Amino acid sequence: MTPVTVVDYGGGNVRSLCAALERSGAVVQVSADPEVVAASERLMLAGQGAAGAAMRALTETGLDEALRDAAARNVPLLGVCVGLQVLYEYSEEDDCAGLGLLHGFVHRIRGAERLPHLGWNDVEPVQQHPLTADLPAVAYFAHSYAVTADIPSALAITRIDEASIASVVARGSVAGAQFHPERSAEAGRQMLRRFLAWDGR
Amino acid sequence: MLRRRIIPCLDVSGGRVVKGVEFVNLRDCGEPIEAALRYAEQGADELCWLNITAGDEAWHELLEQVAGAGTRIDVPLTVGGGISDELHVRDLLSAGADKVSINSAALDRPDLITECAERHGSQCIVVAIDARRTGDTWEAVASGGRRSTGRDAVEWAAEAVARGAGELLVTSMDSDGTQQGYALELYEQLLDEVSVPIIASGGASCPADIADVLQLGVSAALAASIFHDGLHTVEEVKRACRERKLPIR
Repeated sequence: MTPVTVVDYGGGNVRSLCAALERSGAVVQVSADPEVVAASERLMLAGQGAAGAAMRALTETGLDEALRDAAARNVPLLGVCVGLQVLYEYSEEDDCAGLGLLHGFVHRIRGAERLPHLGWNDVEPVQQHPLTADLPAVAYFAHSYAVTADIPSALAITRIDEASIASVVARGSVAGAQFHPERSAEAGRQMLRRFLAWDGR
Repeated sequence: MLRRRIIPCLDVSGGRVVKGVEFVNLRDCGEPIEAALRYAEQGADELCWLNITAGDEAWHELLEQVAGAGTRIDVPLTVGGGISDELHVRDLLSAGADKVSINSAALDRPDLITECAERHGSQCIVVAIDARRTGDTWEAVASGGRRSTGRDAVEWAAEAVARGAGELLVTSMDSDGTQQGYALELYEQLLDEVSVPIIASGGASCPADIADVLQLGVSAALAASIFHDGLHTVEEVKRACRERKLPIR
């Protein structure tokens, strides 16, 4: 049973993420307390909503600094959907700065026939990594913004018509999944199990 | 490649799944969380939960049931019915809904769409449109079809998207519950008019009807009766779609 702290900054899908983590064998603690987050040994940043609102909530509560402190200790951290997007330096959505834990910018997806990118799509590994071990898989996405597939932190990518986006990312102990593991049936359980077993390297 | 979605719909009244013909003559079709779990097990790509009971008591029961369903299912859940306020959207998303569908209240006050999209992101705001055929065009009707609005459904669809709707759930009221197939012409017009995903709803009688509307290019097909009655399983529908070479999970 691996302990994990889910950062609660008022985003929507905390409950379903906690339930999915518990199904994958985690002992889950939900916290909005910067001290608890900064001292955690494994963190998840849920995500639903717009990047600007998410960043505002993280900054106003001091959770941004707590996440930076945890990242500086090389604690495994997984951001989901908008939780992935705020790990980067900047998002075109709401023209807002991110946490800057990963290098690169989040853009509105270019080249897709229809946006938002809503539904089940392939997640194809492009780098060998503990977080991509049992890929490819088909997972559930719900977003219009993403980092492009050519970013160095991309571990797995997803194609949407003419667009290619990064769907699993990591650099050091900071990682993200653009899809929703809590809503991706078996593919989601596998992603969460890989994260829970990961030592952050 | 992005897969087309098959979405069983649970119309929930008084805490039970019900189904009517053209939105009237409701009959009981079981317990909603059990039905949700059963469909997820069968391979449903998403579930749609429409609350059709008004009132505070029904609203609290809805939030409780959504919380129960949301933590037990592992596919996305869209919840709608009677949503008239951004706070309703927030409460449903915190309870465990992945997307929230807004219908009549958006027709009455289109700014509601913008408020919800700005707060929560377009990807979780579905605008549901009930369309009734009038000659060669379709009218958007409100309050489950009981209220005429005089608005052209296709024009309303375009406005809803411009205001921030991330997806449209469009029900052909003439077809709903009649099991005579989807209103293909309506969806053809909508596909040309808007660039967000479209969920087609109303009229499915067999797996081939669902394959027909998905082949047209809509992103998802929603159906209720054919699943509740046990006539067909989600897997049978998926098989019919795969035979047409449609991308299906």
